[in-house]
Amino acid sequence: MSFDQSDVEKIAHLARLAVPAGEARALGGDLSRILDLVAQMEQVDTSTVEPMAHPLQMTQRLREDRVTEENQRELYQSVAPATEKGLYLVPRVIE
Amino acid sequence: MMHEKSVTELAAGLRSGEFSSVELVEHYLERIERLDGELNSFITVTAEQAIEQARAADARIAAGDAGPVTGIPIAHKDIYCTNGVKTSCGSRMLDNFTAPYDANVVSRLRDAGAVMLGKTNMDEFAMGSTSESSFYGPVKNPWNTGRVPGGSSGGSAVAVAARLCAAATGTDTGGSIRQPASHCGITGLKPTYGRVSRYGMIAYASSLDQGGPMAQTAEDVAFLLQAMAGFDERDSTSSDTPVPDYSATLEDSIEGLKIGLPGEYFDAGLDEGVRKSVEEAVELYKSLGAEIREISLPNTGLAVASYYVVAPAECSSNLSRYDGVRFGHRCDDPVDLEDLYKRSRSEGFGAEVKRRIMIGTYVLSAGYYDAFYLKAQKIRQLISDDFRKAFEQVDVIMGPASPTTAVALGEMADDPVSMYLSDVYTVMTNMAGLPGISIPVAPVEGMPVGLQITGNYFDEARLLNIAHRFQQNSDWHRLMPEGV
Repeated sequence: MSFDQSDVEKIAHLARLAVPAGEARALGGDLSRILDLVAQMEQVDTSTVEPMAHPLQMTQRLREDRVTEENQRELYQSVAPATEKGLYLVPRVIE
Repeated sequence: MMHEKSVTELAAGLRSGEFSSVELVEHYLERIERLDGELNSFITVTAEQAIEQARAADARIAAGDAGPVTGIPIAHKDIYCTNGVKTSCGSRMLDNFTAPYDANVVSRLRDAGAVMLGKTNMDEFAMGSTSESSFYGPVKNPWNTGRVPGGSSGGSAVAVAARLCAAATGTDTGGSIRQPASHCGITGLKPTYGRVSRYGMIAYASSLDQGGPMAQTAEDVAFLLQAMAGFDERDSTSSDTPVPDYSATLEDSIEGLKIGLPGEYFDAGLDEGVRKSVEEAVELYKSLGAEIREISLPNTGLAVASYYVVAPAECSSNLSRYDGVRFGHRCDDPVDLEDLYKRSRSEGFGAEVKRRIMIGTYVLSAGYYDAFYLKAQKIRQLISDDFRKAFEQVDVIMGPASPTTAVALGEMADDPVSMYLSDVYTVMTNMAGLPGISIPVAPVEGMPVGLQITGNYFDEARLLNIAHRFQQNSDWHRLMPEGV
């Protein structure tokens, strides 16, 4: 597996990461080596194996459909970088 | 000296009035002040709150309302949210983050009366095996400050090994409790997946992440686990299996215990010195009446490959929450929303975290799911089946926690793949969701070595019993690094 600069840029965009052009090559090399390691998985035939969903075969717990959380907006927004009137501020998205 | 004592001994000293919790806390705070400049095991020290908590603990002890960890000074890995206290996860991304609530582990230990001295250093977002990837600089191994302490719970392991706290919490996704415990000469337990609540524990790979205790002795670990373990409705994968009394069975005989030694854990990649130490430890178990059987875990060779699909995939999903909007680092003057996301994330995350996010994003991208994540989950099933078959023949499995002793600082910095491969013996346990413990055995050239004992699901009490019996018949857990 080998990643060139455009592969790295494509994945970086999907991951919403900015990779400076000068670092793309080295990062591509790292990713290639990691995926070469991952490729060891191909050594084993798993066509008849069920994928593991949970180590203890536990199913998702259900609970009654009722409100259990109280509103703590002010507390949670106290750690936000930018808020106004209870809203999170981001750069303008609608012109 | 107070700091040489185990949790058990400290609890006895507190109850008899030999010293108070406030005195104990002041003693540890002085040690942190004096020794941690070099070791770098703490990110945050909460001295004032610690004294306050110690006063409350002393009052509880005086009122006869004390449990085994009341008044005991501990440290939390900085991955656990602590209400009103900086919770960084070793990352620039959360350098400005003060958690608005407590993790379940934190509130349980506080309710039991344990005193928090501070938050310990770690690999950024728990991604690493050396504790070098922290935004706050590398943690140093007190046995040789030119070596790493292991990771990712390296700060907690060092703080316990250098006696800067009596015990600490860690988390283990691929070996992050057991491997640093092994490298620092302490006892560390990774419980069964679901035994300890993940609520308030910053997520890395949710199907693997599990919190657990680290301390000098198995007896201490039992007390800590007692306070930490149990059902929590706020963790969707928390188990409601009843929690036994972990201390009650510590002294049980291990006559007739069947120990399995997997050939795959003693292959060519294992350092000869480590092999000898582990074999000596197994000999001691034989002398205590255990039976040794050769077993096989045939899919061991695939554990690291499949782990480095599952963990990065889950990490890329979990870490998508860091967007510069709701909490954490935000870049200056973003020109648009995409710029806000991309620059905030790129400035906030370090190199290893970015690598894993990229790998995870790639393996989950359209068209690749079956070839990577699904394939890895099938291999996980094979690994789990290997253990199930093994536990039909034996009670526990023993082997090294790590193929070598601690490596030199910087030795693996530019070589992620060789660092990943060093996790081979511990990753297996996480992939299957099983509990495992590392206990100190004979050091090699002055550096600690850990014996890893893996048990069946929810068999923590048996692991602690087996570890405790070893420690009653050896002194390796009593060794302390020089100069601390």
